[in-house]
Order: sequence, then structure tokens, then C-alpha cells
Amino acid sequence: MHISVNVDGVTYADEVEPRLLLVHYLRERLGKTGTVVGCDTGNCGACTVHLDGHSIKSCSLFAVQANGREITTIEGLARDGKLHPVQQAFHSNHALQCGFCTPGMIMQAIDLLADEPDPDDETVRKGLEGNLCRCTGYQNIVRAVQDAAQRMKPGAGPEIEQRTPHAVGGE
Amino acid sequence: MTATAEPEIGKARLRKEDTRLITGQTRWTDNLQLTGMLHMAVLRSPVAHARITNVDVSRATAMPGVALVLTGEDLAAEQGSLPCAWPITEDMKAPAAPALAVDRVNFAGEAVALVIADSAYHAADALSEIDVDYDELPVVLDLEEAVRDNDLVHEDLGTNKSATWVYDSAEAGSGTDVEDEIASAEVVVERTFRQQRLIPAFMEPRSVVVDPAAGMFTVWSATQIPHILRWMLSAVTGIAEHKIRVIAPDVGGGFGGKLQVTPEELLCLLVARRMGRPVKWTETRTESMLSAHHGRDQLQKITLAARRDGTVTGLKVELLADMGAYLRLVTPGVPILGAFMFNAIYKFAAYRFVCTNVFTNKVPTDAYRGAGRPEATFAIERMMDELAVELGMDPMKVRELNWIKHEEFPFTTVAGLTYDSGNYEAATARAMELFDYDGLREEQARRRADGSPFQIGIGISTFTEMCGLAPSRVLGALRYGAGGWETASIRMLPTGKVEVITGTSPHGQGHETVWSQIVADKLGVPFEDVEVLHGDTATSHKGMDSYGSRSLAVGGTALVHAADKVLAKAKTLAAHMMECDETDVEFASGAFSVRGTSTSRSLGDVVLAAHVAHDLPEGMEPGLDADATFDPDNFSYPHGTHLCATEVDTETGLVKIIRYVAVDDVGTVMNPLIVDGQVHGGLAQGIAQALYEEATHDEMGTLTSATLADYLVPSAADLPSFITDRTTTPATSNPLGAKGVGEAGTIASTPAVVNSVLDAVRHLGVRDIEMPMSPERVWTALQGRGDPGSGDVAAGGLGSIDAQGGQE
Repeated sequence: MHISVNVDGVTYADEVEPRLLLVHYLRERLGKTGTVVGCDTGNCGACTVHLDGHSIKSCSLFAVQANGREITTIEGLARDGKLHPVQQAFHSNHALQCGFCTPGMIMQAIDLLADEPDPDDETVRKGLEGNLCRCTGYQNIVRAVQDAAQRMKPGAGPEIEQRTPHAVGGE
Repeated sequence: MTATAEPEIGKARLRKEDTRLITGQTRWTDNLQLTGMLHMAVLRSPVAHARITNVDVSRATAMPGVALVLTGEDLAAEQGSLPCAWPITEDMKAPAAPALAVDRVNFAGEAVALVIADSAYHAADALSEIDVDYDELPVVLDLEEAVRDNDLVHEDLGTNKSATWVYDSAEAGSGTDVEDEIASAEVVVERTFRQQRLIPAFMEPRSVVVDPAAGMFTVWSATQIPHILRWMLSAVTGIAEHKIRVIAPDVGGGFGGKLQVTPEELLCLLVARRMGRPVKWTETRTESMLSAHHGRDQLQKITLAARRDGTVTGLKVELLADMGAYLRLVTPGVPILGAFMFNAIYKFAAYRFVCTNVFTNKVPTDAYRGAGRPEATFAIERMMDELAVELGMDPMKVRELNWIKHEEFPFTTVAGLTYDSGNYEAATARAMELFDYDGLREEQARRRADGSPFQIGIGISTFTEMCGLAPSRVLGALRYGAGGWETASIRMLPTGKVEVITGTSPHGQGHETVWSQIVADKLGVPFEDVEVLHGDTATSHKGMDSYGSRSLAVGGTALVHAADKVLAKAKTLAAHMMECDETDVEFASGAFSVRGTSTSRSLGDVVLAAHVAHDLPEGMEPGLDADATFDPDNFSYPHGTHLCATEVDTETGLVKIIRYVAVDDVGTVMNPLIVDGQVHGGLAQGIAQALYEEATHDEMGTLTSATLADYLVPSAADLPSFITDRTTTPATSNPLGAKGVGEAGTIASTPAVVNSVLDAVRHLGVRDIEMPMSPERVWTALQGRGDPGSGDVAAGGLGSIDAQGGQE
């Protein structure tokens, strides 16, 4: 099938098999290897990207379902050489160790902060429930997300987070 | 060159590694795409024990994109046997371990055939077209049943018992006879504990790429042990070691789970050799659960002898350890790493440890964070609580009475180790203060009196561990197949920048940051001017890699010694340059100066002079590069006091951790941010063993927890915030004073949580609950309250309870 997808600001047009998973399209076809695969059941969240501004697990969508949509991956967050505040907060709070879950965790955290601009500890923990980390015990991730919320006051995120209505649930 | 403004060692430096990890610029093995690369997929046995009677690959071979289909028969002549580097006894029984099963499968998940195709999708398609006929054999799953040898995993071995390993303090001369102590004891406590089987569950699935181009096999692998892997791949295949280059690029966690020479690494190498083209294999999560090694899985029978006043006298440990179906790299040695730790921080007069390693038709076990030491710590910390209950004493008082006092270090234990330093009193005092121990005890009493459905319990774990996995001579005495040293090189570049080469192989620990701090501190160069190279046998040609909390204590020390060598030579050259006697040269903040004068040369000046070599002292070689290898004379012994308060909902069985305090003494800290991170992550894994995780099998031996939906790796919502702090007694076995921190949290936390839950419900008649303490198990135990047999129900039948144990 023919699809046209905007990924991190670039529009791609490709022939794909209907069964091709979105995450494999991103990794294998577009070379967007910042997004990774950690499981086959949608539990780990390592493959989380944004579809029209909202987090989805790209292992649970077919590439064809992204036809005509905008995808943002971890590679598209930094603007003009400047890290996204959530990326910066993950660094500043030592919220990653091996870093494999980190792209998905950051993408999910941005989505969470779009809904909850000033989340408490429990809100962050529940909001990240679908993303597993084996290294950090989550403590510094929670701290980073709350720190990012402060950095982004009065509530922000990239443009794409703000203008798109809730269209796709994805999970 | 600028001097560092403040000491780098001890500074909470943000990590260098993060930049690529938070932007998606990381190089994971699976990211690699090579021209002409083929993809390997592995067909795995759905049955746990069977003869393979026929494999029909004809339909698979004809599938689109398929280049080759291989069975065990096809590779039988060249695949050899996967290595086991730790034959713990002279007479240890070890089965042949083919990477690809030839005529028999011994666990569900074992590799039986390979498809090599032009894409991963095509390879996966063809797997389903391979027909394998299995003639099923009796399945051996239960440890106690396995030792009876009624059915055998490996018929040719004639038994399921691989080896029995004994340490006896009377025989070793390190203590008295444990049977004498038991016979003369005023109190004897006997318990049986089950260490359930766990899955390391690193987040990055394993992946291997082998490129056979240009007369060299380049192997990229998501491994913790590139150096050991190179050695072993050469040993197994006969490919000359210098024709194999192993690269561990960014590796997404390991926790011991990537301390392995895997069937798939070997198979990718053999296939690449056969095809003459690059080959990639990346596992699915389910494959990872089904075939990457598991951890723990022991049945522990513990007998503790004591006096009525609470003084412990003897400890007898009888273990059955589940090897699974094969002996992988260090499988047999994992329980032996616990042999020296059951006595922990306590002064026992007598100690006896007997471990029987047992085969079952399950995934092989091997190292998982802590490897033998969490099992030992769990058992002894549970026993100290059981003794306290037996005697009606406060569990902390019982520990205080028996632990090694700070003024008694160095202390040689009943297990024959010499603990160099520690201060259990200080760590405990700090933990009790942070925890508000007395306040929580009062709250506990209130809720008991009120009959609240939410009961509170307090759990203690005053642990120690042995780290470093060194010295080499001790590892040799334990029949381990390798040494315990570590190596480092420092390259002083002409512009004054520094390259550091380490034999350690980080996979999340932050070595690039901390090694830079150490070198910056020693040489007085800016942190940013140091680059750390690792994980590639072409640049880092030797090393013993990363596991066992060894990287800093052993590898960091090698770095210090290399820096000392650089400075010693630089000092000689600086004296020559400043035309003074070397004894008058001082080094501070990155510059050499002549004592009492304003004459000085920066290290950068000296490096350049050494590099151009225009005017060197007589006989001096150009350059200031230096290598050093360090082999410590002792293990290191981190310790700490962990206190856990849980609230148990007695109506649902749900356990909630309401306060967790960890005060660790890991020796001198290089970077507190990283140390705290290691502790947090370690705690999460130890708590997960207590409350959530278990690899379960059905009666046919099928792993029923083969996805992350079934195997409960905790999420952020399942864990509390931790209160962490430190006390410091430097290690004396290395100049950094470092003890290691990678495993501490995992080792300490499991018994703290379990002791806490039992403390919450013991007054209701519950004496034990098997791990993981799921709501179902806790609730079931509570339903049987007062019924002496109740524990058996709670424990799922596997003997966590002894009829004579506990109190009502």
C-alpha cells in the first residue's frame, strides 16, 4: 500500500506491506532508530512516539494507520539545537541509566505533561505506568517529569502538542 | 590547560552518556544495517523434553526471501558445545550444550532450527513452515523430585545432580563443628525458603550482528562481556582469536542477563562464516524470556543454632540449586558465590554450607543481579527475624548483639573471608533515624490494638556482600575459569586531550562519566577533555568486563595506577625541562613546578614535549601513554541497613510499601548521583522479587510468564519513592576506597520487604508467605490464619513453612 507520513517534519511517501508495524517502518525504512522495540505485547512502551501530538505505542500500530498523519519521534524533539525541556530534565535529574526506555519514556512524559501541567508524584507514576524501566527504579524519572513541568510553566510542549485535538487514542 | 577548580571525585557530575541517549542518537546493535545483510530467525522447541525424530524444512526453504534453513544436524559437526567456565568440583557432571539442538531438546525455548532470509519478516514467515516431530520424554521440573533421579534430564549423565559443593568451618579451620553447635544449642530454628526463579528482563532485547568481511569476523553484540565473548567464541569455533573482533556498542541493560556466551551469538558467527555475508539476529521479548538465562531458583534449608540470650552459634545451609537444562557460562558457580555470605555480618562459631546443583527441563539459570548473594542475604536476614520471633526479642536487637563491631575490623569470618572495613552501627543508627523506627512501632501497636484492616509491618535487612569478583588467585582456588583483574590505558594526545581505554564494559552504569572524573582528578585536566573508550576488542584489547559490582573497585583502580604511571614519567620529563632535580618537582592542579620557585610547566607542555621527543632525558621513550592492570588482594564488602515499612490490606492481601530507607556504605563515592541511581534501580529489582516477579511453568514445562504482560516487571505505579543515604568507611583493598554499588540495593531489599510483610500479619497467625507475595498469596495466608497447615497453601506447596517453625 502507498502511504504518506510526516515524520519529524519531513514527509515520506512509501510503498509498504499492510502488515508492516509502524515501529519497523520508522526503524528499518526511515532509519529512525531512536525509537526502539522492547517487547511484543505493548507492555514496555519503549517504542512510544507521538501520532498527531499524542503518544502511541508504535509497535501496536501498522504503518498504514499513520497514512496522512504526523509522527514525532525522540529525534524530532530538539529544536534549533536546543533540547526539549523534558529531555533536559531527564539529563539534569539522572533519570536514565542504560537509556533504552528513555525515548519512549520522554515521549510519554511529554504527553502526560500536556494533560497534566503540574502533576504530583502519583499522577506521574500512573501516567507512566505503560512504560517500563529496569534501571532507575523510576525515582529520578518522576523527579525529572516534575522538574520539566516547572521548566515548562505555564504548560507547554512542542507546537504539535498544543494544536492538535485529541483524535487518536492509539493504546 | 586549565586546572580543575574542585575535586572531580565525589562530584555529582551529570552524565556524558546522556546526550546521545536522550536524543535517540544511540547505537544499539539492532540499529546496524550492513550492505547485503541477512536476517536470522530461530525456531524454538515448544516442548520441554523430547527426542527430535524428524525436521522437515522443505516448505520453509521454498519461502520468499529465504536463503538458507539450518537444523542441528547441519551444524552438528562445527557447533561444538557452549562453554561453562566454572566447573565447581573436579567431578562436576556437565552435559554437552549444543547451540542448536541436534536430536533432543531439554527445555521449552531451546533452539532447533534457523532460517536465514533477506528480511526479518521473511525469516519469521518461514519459521512457521518448518515441521518438527517430537517424541516427548518425561519432564523434570521440581527440584526435590529431580534429586530423586526417577526421571532424568540427561540420561547419559545417569543423574540429575550436577555437583555437590561443601564448605565446612570445622574442616576449613575457620570455626567449630556446626553439628556440635546445633546439638548443644539452647534454641534451634529451622526453616525452608524458596528463592523463586526470576528473569533478568533487561529492556534491550539481545541482538547480534556478525560481519565476515575482509578476513575478520566482526561481532556486534548486546553483551556485558565483549572480551570474554571473543575468547570463548574462538575457543568453541576454532576461529583464531585475532580474527575475531567483538564490539559491545550501546547496551541496554544487563543485570547479569548479558553475562553470557549465547547460542545465538555462536550461531550468527557460524552462519556468517557459512554464507560469507553479514547476519543479524534480534530477539523478540518472548524469545528473550524463553531462552535467555534465568536467575535465582533455589530451595534453601537453613538451621540456625543460638543461645537464649540471642547469641547465634551455628549456621547450617543446605541448598538445592536449579541449573535448568544446561550449564551456561557461570551457571554452577552462582550458588557458590553465596556460600561465603550466609553468615553475613554475624559472628557465628560454626558454619556449614552444602549445595547440590540440579538439572531440570527449564531454561538454564546463571547470573542475575547479585548472583548467589541475594539468595544468601535473604536466607540469613529472614532467619534473624525468625530467631527474634522465637526469642520474643526486637529483631534489630538480635542483629546488634551478633554483628561484627566497627572496632573489630578487619574481621575474618567463619566462611574464611576477611572483611576489611565497615561500620554496621553507624549505618543502622542513620537508617533508624531516617525511618523513625520508634514512631512506626508505635503506629503498628495502635493499628494492632484497633484491629485495623490495614496492618503495618517493619522489615529489617542489615546486609553485606562480597564484590569485585577478584582476586584472581581466589577465583582460581574456586575453580573459576578466568581471572579477576582489570586493565586500563591512558593515551596522552599531543593537544593535551586524554583518551582512556578500559576493560570494563558498561551497559548503563555511567563509566564514561565516572572514569572521566577519576582521570580528570588524577591528571588535573578538565572533565570534558577526557574520552573513555570501551567495549571494542580492537581498541580495548583486554579486560574482564562488567559484572559483580567490580568495575569501579577493580577497573577504576587500574585507571588510577595508569594515571600514576603517566605522572611519574611526566615528572621526570618536567624536571628535565625545568633543569632541576626531580625531587624538587611538585605536581598540583595539572602543572609541575619547582618547589619554592615560580618556574612551572603544565602537564600539556610536558605531554607535547614527550610527543615531539626533541629533547628527552637519556633513554626515555617518546610519549606519555601508560597501561596498568590491577588485581586486588581482597574482595570489597559494601554493607548497609535497609528498613521497610509495609501496609498490608488484610481484606485484599494487597501490600503497599509506605516507607523505605536505605543507608548504604559503599566506600568512597565517586559520583553521588550515579550511586543513588544504582541503589534506586537495585531496590526496584529486589522489591520486585519480594512482591511481583516469578518465572512460572505449567506441568509440561512451558514457561507461562513469557511476556511482560505475565512476568511482572514493576512499573512506576508499583514502586514507592525511596529515602537513601550513606555512611562511609573506605575499602582498604583499593586506593579509591570504593566497594561497589551495582548489586547492593537488590541484595538488601528483598528480605527487608518480606520481613516487613510478615511482621504486619504474624500476629494474625501467618508464619510465612512465599515470594512473590502477591495479593492472592497474602490473602490466602490470612484466610488460613491459626491453621497450622495454612502456610502450605500460601506457599503454593513448596515448603516455605516448617511445621515446627514460627510462632502463633
